[in-house]
Amino acid sequence: MIAEAGHYAMVLALALALIQSTVPILGARLRDPALMNVARSTALTQLLFCGLSFLALVTLHVTSDFSVANVFENSHSTKPLLYKITGVWGNHEGSMLLWVSILALFGGLVAAFGNNLPLSLRAHVLAVQGWIASAFYIFILLTSNPFLRLVPPPMEGRDLNPVLQDIGLAVHPPMLYLGYVGFSIAFSFAVAALIEGRIDAAWARWVRPWTLVAWIFLTLGLAMGSYWAYYELGWGGWWFWDPVENASLMPWLSGTALLHSAVVMEKRNALKVWTVLLAILTFSLSLLGTFLVRSGVLTSVHTFASDPARGVFILAILVFFIGGGLALYAWRAPSLKQGGLFAPISREGALVFNNLFLTAACATVFIGTLYPLALEMLTGEKISVGAPFFNLTFGPLFIPLLLLAPLGPMMAWKRGDLLGVAQRVIGAAGLAVIAIAATFALTSGGPVLAPFGIGLAVFSMAGALTDLTERLALFKGSFATTLARARGLPRSVWGTGVAHFGLGVSLLGIVCASTWGTERIVSLKPGASVSLSSYDLTFDGMVERQGGNYRELIARFTVRQGGDVVGTMEPAKRSFQTRQMSTTEAALLTRGFSQLYLSLGDPEPDGAIAVRVYHKPLVLLIWLGALVMFIGGALSLSDRRLRIGAPKPAARPADKPSMQPAE
Amino acid sequence: MTRRQRRLTMIGGALAVLAIAAGLVLNALSSSIVFFSTPQMAAEKHIAPGKRFRLGGMVEQGSLVRGDNLAVSFKVSDGNATLPVAYKGILPDLFREGQGVVAEGALDPAGVFVADTVLAKHDENYMPKEVADALKKQGRWQEGEAGKPVASQDAAKPVVTQAKQGVLQ
Repeated sequence: MIAEAGHYAMVLALALALIQSTVPILGARLRDPALMNVARSTALTQLLFCGLSFLALVTLHVTSDFSVANVFENSHSTKPLLYKITGVWGNHEGSMLLWVSILALFGGLVAAFGNNLPLSLRAHVLAVQGWIASAFYIFILLTSNPFLRLVPPPMEGRDLNPVLQDIGLAVHPPMLYLGYVGFSIAFSFAVAALIEGRIDAAWARWVRPWTLVAWIFLTLGLAMGSYWAYYELGWGGWWFWDPVENASLMPWLSGTALLHSAVVMEKRNALKVWTVLLAILTFSLSLLGTFLVRSGVLTSVHTFASDPARGVFILAILVFFIGGGLALYAWRAPSLKQGGLFAPISREGALVFNNLFLTAACATVFIGTLYPLALEMLTGEKISVGAPFFNLTFGPLFIPLLLLAPLGPMMAWKRGDLLGVAQRVIGAAGLAVIAIAATFALTSGGPVLAPFGIGLAVFSMAGALTDLTERLALFKGSFATTLARARGLPRSVWGTGVAHFGLGVSLLGIVCASTWGTERIVSLKPGASVSLSSYDLTFDGMVERQGGNYRELIARFTVRQGGDVVGTMEPAKRSFQTRQMSTTEAALLTRGFSQLYLSLGDPEPDGAIAVRVYHKPLVLLIWLGALVMFIGGALSLSDRRLRIGAPKPAARPADKPSMQPAE
Repeated sequence: MTRRQRRLTMIGGALAVLAIAAGLVLNALSSSIVFFSTPQMAAEKHIAPGKRFRLGGMVEQGSLVRGDNLAVSFKVSDGNATLPVAYKGILPDLFREGQGVVAEGALDPAGVFVADTVLAKHDENYMPKEVADALKKQGRWQEGEAGKPVASQDAAKPVVTQAKQGVLQ
């Protein structure tokens, strides 16, 4: 019953999406408010039915109804409740259902909170959302229906891939999808603007909060995915330049660029055509990510199934929306009113610099990810593009960005004073030089580039703080003035400072963990020790334990530093009976921001076991930095300006020059 | 600055960044990509010792020898040719004799492939995609032949594991 109800709800959602994608456009043509308002009601009811469909699948998984193929293939009655729920999106069909549910959620949010949007713009935006939703509903219903029944119903399920039985699955995919799919709103706004042929600063102000929402969740999703890979896969790395990781990094890079160019558009009414293009490209990259991961082109933990029909279908969706979006852009963008030009040395100029380098960095990731696929398709030659490629391309392009990040927010709009700004960051630069010198002194004979990386990180952090302290008149005025200023300072300024600070924090973690991390692989007998960095790890012995749906072999280690016990670590090997698979569970011991990382190899016949031990200095900063960026984005999102929404654009005759909002 | 100069500065700057990015990409593509070969392809191409590549094939039954200090050696075969592989470190969870493997490294002068990375990157058929494609092309392997029989719909639930050579101090 529930499966059929869920299936039926999805068909209804499709029908509503089809109405949503046509009637409002007709309404906008005929200037009929009633027809345009259909967008709002259909978006909300579509969210309701899509939500019901998703809830139906969750219920089926929770109640272990193995007569449904999707539950049979991905669940097991002994699986813990949390994984029964997260297992809903731990497979292809369910994760596509999550994808459209989040799409419907965003559509519903625009419908619910977009009351101050001009009626025709809202109608167009929701109609474009309706197109995307329709395409994906059809995709799910035709190729990936999660509600198919099995006859006769099996007694027991086949269990979820053990690698996915982790709390990470509860957080990473929903966050990532909130990011991916959130950019669809920016896309819909861009397409709506192109259809209407009208775009102004108010448009940017409406787009910005949606882009910010998508961006903060994508940031969190990326960081979470990276941390999950780090502790779950057992090889101690946190980023592998794997195509699937790149697929989510690309929308992040262009989304970050979009965030910055929308600021220029909002404040100075410039860069309009570019911002629209970025909005289209960002969502295109999100779709590309969905295609790469879902089509089975790549083999990875993320690819749940490789049915060629699905790949072709998603490719068709991809071609339609990216091709359609870009064609519309090529056709209509020239008719958009060009914004003003501005001096290269200015806040706008700095933001353009940011955009240039971010998109260039994004392009190198794009090439590194797709070139092997293209080459294989054209010549059959198989190559792999890994970290060395990205270190040589992405790295150099990111350095100028990090150097300029502290300067940009200090620059004035319209005409900036580079010398003045340089004087203001002299303190931060001084700190950076001290950090470089200190690092060189402490690690004589080490890698040459690393101290400069530390310097760059210190510069980013100190520069972001300098800007905030100056604006607060900290150390200059009285405490009361500072407090008053802190209250008066726009949240978006706080957000910028905090997010840029987070960038430095992440960089510091990356440089430290990858340069001074140490690693040992040894074979240990019970009672033997291995020392690494300043720690001694003693192997106490092995214990067996029965988990819910697995058996595990645990190795006990006592960790000592200078003779004192500082903790115990219990890495394990789990074997899952149902799938006859084993996973390696690494053990982590956190000391400040650094971590000891221990993972097991194979037990040998003589009772010894191979272990891999890593010491990762300051590794936690990598993800803490991302968390700080998330907080910065959230602060910016809470800015009063964005909350109260954009002012109504002035009704003006078309021949007047476009309005320049005062700054 | 005039309007025209400003426009030129912007366009010039954009082109400069693009040129830098293109230069970096071309430089990196020429130096840092790694090709994939089966043992037969490696023999045909006469890959020089020291040149890095990815070797893929089946781990030959009974060829795995464990030495001291986590040293292992095994043979990788594609049915037509065989290459001995030496590796030091922990093999991935899914490494098994008779199943597919991908290793990255270079040949030494004696013709032994010294791997610094062993990837067992494959689905439930225990067959890496690259290896499956290469063997299919050589007509050595058909879908569903190796490992477990192919399950109906959910053929590929891939699992990636990787072993990396550590520094033995």
